[in-house]
Amino acid sequence: MTELLIQNGSVYDPINRINGEKMDIAVKDGKIVASVSETRAKKINALGMIVMPGGVDIHTHIAGSEVNTGRLIRPEDHYRDFERKTTMTRSGVGHSVPSTFTTGYRYARMGYTTVMNPSMAPLEAKHTHEELNDIPIVDKATYPLVGDWWFVLEYLKRPNIKELARHVAWMMTSTKGYALKIVNPGGLEAWGSGSNMHSLEDQIPYFCVTPREIIRGLCKVNKLLNLPHTIHVHTNNLGTPGNYVTALETMRSVEDLAENDNHAIHITHCQFSAFKGDDWRTLESGAEEVANYVNCHSHVTLDMGQIVFTSTTTMTADGPFQYNLYRLTGNKWVNQDVETETSTGIVPFRYRRRNYVHATQWSIGLELALLIKDPWKIFLTTDHPNAGPFTSYPRIIGWLMSKKAREATMKRMNPRARSRSLLSSIARELGIYEIAIMTRAGQAKALGLKDKGHLAVGADADIAIYSIDASRTDPSRDYKTVRKALKRAAYTIKNGEIVSKDGEITRNVKGATLWTNIKTSEPCEIDEDMKARFRDYWTVECENYPVAEHYLEISKPITVKAEV
Amino acid sequence: MIQLRPKKMFTLPITSELINPDVLTSKTLGEIEKTKLWEGNKQKTLGELFRIDKTNEAEPMLSVVGDMSKVRRIGAYMKAGDLVIHGNVGTHLGEEMKGGKITVHGNTEGWAGSMMAGGSIEIHGNASDYLAAPYRGSAKGMRGGTIVVHGNVGNEAGAHMTRGIIKVYGNVGQFAGFRMRDGTIYIEGNCMSRAGACMVGGKIIVAGFLESMLPTFTIDNIRPKVKIEEDQSAMGPFYVFLGDLVEQGDGKLYVSKDRNPQLSIFEKFLQGDMFYGQKVER
Repeated sequence: MTELLIQNGSVYDPINRINGEKMDIAVKDGKIVASVSETRAKKINALGMIVMPGGVDIHTHIAGSEVNTGRLIRPEDHYRDFERKTTMTRSGVGHSVPSTFTTGYRYARMGYTTVMNPSMAPLEAKHTHEELNDIPIVDKATYPLVGDWWFVLEYLKRPNIKELARHVAWMMTSTKGYALKIVNPGGLEAWGSGSNMHSLEDQIPYFCVTPREIIRGLCKVNKLLNLPHTIHVHTNNLGTPGNYVTALETMRSVEDLAENDNHAIHITHCQFSAFKGDDWRTLESGAEEVANYVNCHSHVTLDMGQIVFTSTTTMTADGPFQYNLYRLTGNKWVNQDVETETSTGIVPFRYRRRNYVHATQWSIGLELALLIKDPWKIFLTTDHPNAGPFTSYPRIIGWLMSKKAREATMKRMNPRARSRSLLSSIARELGIYEIAIMTRAGQAKALGLKDKGHLAVGADADIAIYSIDASRTDPSRDYKTVRKALKRAAYTIKNGEIVSKDGEITRNVKGATLWTNIKTSEPCEIDEDMKARFRDYWTVECENYPVAEHYLEISKPITVKAEV
Repeated sequence: MIQLRPKKMFTLPITSELINPDVLTSKTLGEIEKTKLWEGNKQKTLGELFRIDKTNEAEPMLSVVGDMSKVRRIGAYMKAGDLVIHGNVGTHLGEEMKGGKITVHGNTEGWAGSMMAGGSIEIHGNASDYLAAPYRGSAKGMRGGTIVVHGNVGNEAGAHMTRGIIKVYGNVGQFAGFRMRDGTIYIEGNCMSRAGACMVGGKIIVAGFLESMLPTFTIDNIRPKVKIEEDQSAMGPFYVFLGDLVEQGDGKLYVSKDRNPQLSIFEKFLQGDMFYGQKVER
């Protein structure tokens, strides 16, 4: 097996509190080890470069039925952005919804090695895993949507949390999911009958359960099952002015369920949930209020969902929100009801600098990241491709690290949004250490990935090396150099093998699919009643529903012992 | 002036944005011969495929003589100059052009003047489908300039158009002005069905026979004549229809009264006190 020795790099490993120290990293058999033989190992001279754990992306739509439909309805997204075949890589197309192989290559080029696909209708699990199998190099996982699944609503109606936990465990293991995703709790089921949830107290038609009960119920389930990640929540009222109140209410609703500083909830693409104002004209940033709350509480983690001014494709499981987007834009669109489970919607969208709302949204994302003091609580995402493609991460890092970069963009954006933005009053500029937290360490920790996001002995040898000379470069001034270096990592190492060098893929390896294998004391009983329900309400029989483990090309289960 | 003549009958598609006065006039004859382009999946030089003559250095004019129906994207992204083609032309002629003039003495394939923003194209033969329409999936239509076609035109002419003028002196296929937002389409000949489907603005003038009228248009009035551009008007009388109501559109569809006697049924909606063609008793 290959041995690697990375010499003289400035290492940033926040989990082990290593901040820019010059040290060597030794790799053997895909793991980080204390030392390797100097003669046998292949040496990488990382002098004048920074060495970080491989990037982790907590929320990026890269596979599944909605991504595929997004590809289908956007030919114009493909012929403007294509990659030629090389001896090592396949050809591919797509700017905001790239094809599977291209997705893997592009992540690897940026030094990312673990990515999480955050929404999978359980019914589409097989399709999603087939696509994940086709994404090379990076490790990946997917979160099944459980918030509006009929069984969940019925158990909550009774209420029977322990039975629910057992059922969720069966469902997670059957679909090979990683964490519990809740999208617009209750709203998707209500959308089936043409309504939506506007507060945590609204009742879902027929089931008579409120969004608050769904969030709290699943948060308890998450704890009973000892899942590595918390519940992953896309709030109600997403993308509606004045919705920061709902976001705060959602975070508050599980405050009492957090024990000893453990996280209890992850609010995803928080930028879309931090709007203040009564309508689009009076839209303002609610980032300050959200940041104040998060600064005082330790049970929440967030990710940014940062806007980038470009043409992109919005796709969420939030049917009603997507319908409103269609009404707003008049673009072509897709809206779908996934049987008894969830809904989905896709609308192509263009974020414009000159548009007041879009410019304000841009500002909200950055305000959140800069006003929240602890970088372990907020992570960098664009909710790819909803707010922008993941390939724009280097650009966002530029904005976070440099006030000059922010001002350069603000100069060209809508003047009213500029004058109302808090950004001009925020002087904070993040350092490389903080960026390392927001892009890998923090995300790995929040996801409960023990072997990823750090470089201690025993960790997976997923390493990114960027040619930034930490001692000489001042990211606040030379943000363009930093951006360029981050765009094309000098080396990306996956499982101890160099997969990308200077932005060129050098080795085509396969990434593993992570999933949680939940061991409950007594398994969920698949009784006749459940089978009958499947026969009545689903297009798939209960027996054909689970995804077998051999379906995953490289399966990497994380076994957890549940308390039920 | 530069003149290009094909050396053979092309059987494989040739893709070249370089056959464009902007690109070629500043080059010497040697450089022109060495410019690269694709024939099928092989890269060739212009000199291998065309006989090239260059005379009178200063004049920014490119003339192409011969059958170019396999050559795509001629004059794409053109900003200035004059391009004259004697022969048929392949798809994507003058795609996204911003200025200059293209004259074709022959027929063109699909997507002529696709997504153009300025300049003018004159086609003395027929134009195929998707005249001035965007390529698959895109909603970015013609944004300016003028297209004049002396022959017939295929389907979906001027789809997603936002500005500019298209004048057709022959007949037009289905879906003329599909989803157009603004601009003018003038059709002197006959027009097949579904003209103006999903239009939300702009105007379509049909001086000939209109095969069928979409039910989502409503009659507004009758006009003696309609302005096409500053110094040109079409003499009527014309029925004026508003639509497409499916999209809550505000587009105007002018249809010649004399050539379309079948539409006279609409006239009674213009007289007062009428409700679904029945005289309302008061």
